Amino acid sequence: MNYNLAKKIENLVAEANFSLREDVLFLLKNAYLKEKDKKAKQALFWILENAKIAKKESLAICQDTGLALIFIEVGKNESITYSLIDTIKKSVASSYKKNYLRASIVEPLKREKPSYRGGIIHIEFNSKIKGLRISILPKGFGSENKSALRMFNPTAKIDDIEDFVIESVKKAGPQACPPFIVGVGIGGTSDYALLLAKKALLSNLIKPNKDKMLDKIEKRLLKKINALNIGPMGLGGKCTALAVKIKLAPTHIAGLPVGLNISCHALRSASVKIVNFN
Amino acid sequence: MENLDFKKLNAGEEILFSGIIYTARDQAHKKLVDLIKKNKKLPFQIKNQIIYYCGPTATPKGKIIGSCGPTTSNRMDEFVEPLLANGLAAMIGKGGRSTKVRQLIKKYKAVYFIAPAGCGALLAKRVLSKKLVAFRQLGAEAIYRLEVKDFPLIVAIDSKGKNFYEDL
Repeated sequence: MNYNLAKKIENLVAEANFSLREDVLFLLKNAYLKEKDKKAKQALFWILENAKIAKKESLAICQDTGLALIFIEVGKNESITYSLIDTIKKSVASSYKKNYLRASIVEPLKREKPSYRGGIIHIEFNSKIKGLRISILPKGFGSENKSALRMFNPTAKIDDIEDFVIESVKKAGPQACPPFIVGVGIGGTSDYALLLAKKALLSNLIKPNKDKMLDKIEKRLLKKINALNIGPMGLGGKCTALAVKIKLAPTHIAGLPVGLNISCHALRSASVKIVNFN
Repeated sequence: MENLDFKKLNAGEEILFSGIIYTARDQAHKKLVDLIKKNKKLPFQIKNQIIYYCGPTATPKGKIIGSCGPTTSNRMDEFVEPLLANGLAAMIGKGGRSTKVRQLIKKYKAVYFIAPAGCGALLAKRVLSKKLVAFRQLGAEAIYRLEVKDFPLIVAIDSKGKNFYEDL
């Protein structure tokens, strides 16, 4: 067991669950300042107060501390072992327990004795980084339940994809805890498009997309979503989503998979870079 | 504000509630309704009581309760009728309800409230006590009796059946 790594992972889990991301906080504060609707403004105030209390008192931002998603990026010339992955997985579970987070994970058909196991690991190699980059995304299920996938024809227009996104956000409604962060994955296969949509939630929400065309689509979608008048907690107003982020991957000539993953306003994640991990 | 005043509330109204609420979510609802079907005694007297759709985190050392915000209400829609028929006065959760639940709320003169969603830390500060009532094996999904003070609630469906949201 690599104790140094274990400690780092445990801290990462605590950070993700207690401290709301800076970019999310920034967008929430902006939305609060801009909001004119009295009820919506009150809701945004509660959300900001909640983040303050959570951080100060080491209380979970939301009682749904999610299913822990663990993204591991492995740099060039690095190698990873079974024992490393095992340490990461065990540290996530032990941190959930130590930090009094919720044991929300059950066998899918039996449903009893919830525990902290079951974190899902995604590994990919990234030639641009040194060492490892590990990100934890505790995914709450109020929003996860609103995930959507559509297998478009390859001749579909961007407008069709945008309609699908708007329709899915509308369906999510007040249940999924707006204002949302909407992740969209376009390309790959059905499962991969959904994974891309989830990975999109890890992007910095303030930085514009480097791809000019995607940046334009993201901004247009955000505008359309914010015209839906769902608003914070479904109370109406101008802020139904804080950001839309799109990720692309090459796909097959016969298809155009589009995956959509919604995060509630409490988008929690934390990342750490680790060198000398073996 | 006490339970008896609930019938006078109108959809969209905001209140600060102080009193007793019982947590129950998916699995606890399934068990409660099973007990009713079998004509067995419920683990708590639900007449004139309030159910809060909530599964709190573990309780940190030195605290009364962990983060404890509302969960999505419409997953409980299929279990509402027998509970209302047994006198349940109100429900607290997040999000909209089905047309059927709205009609049942009108029929039984109950109320459906929403609490600040995704604000479990803020709501934890409004809880004065927490006691396990039933179904310990369900962990966070067990039924807890909470004494709350100034719990912020918004009336989403009033006893006249008026809905602040659209029906699902």
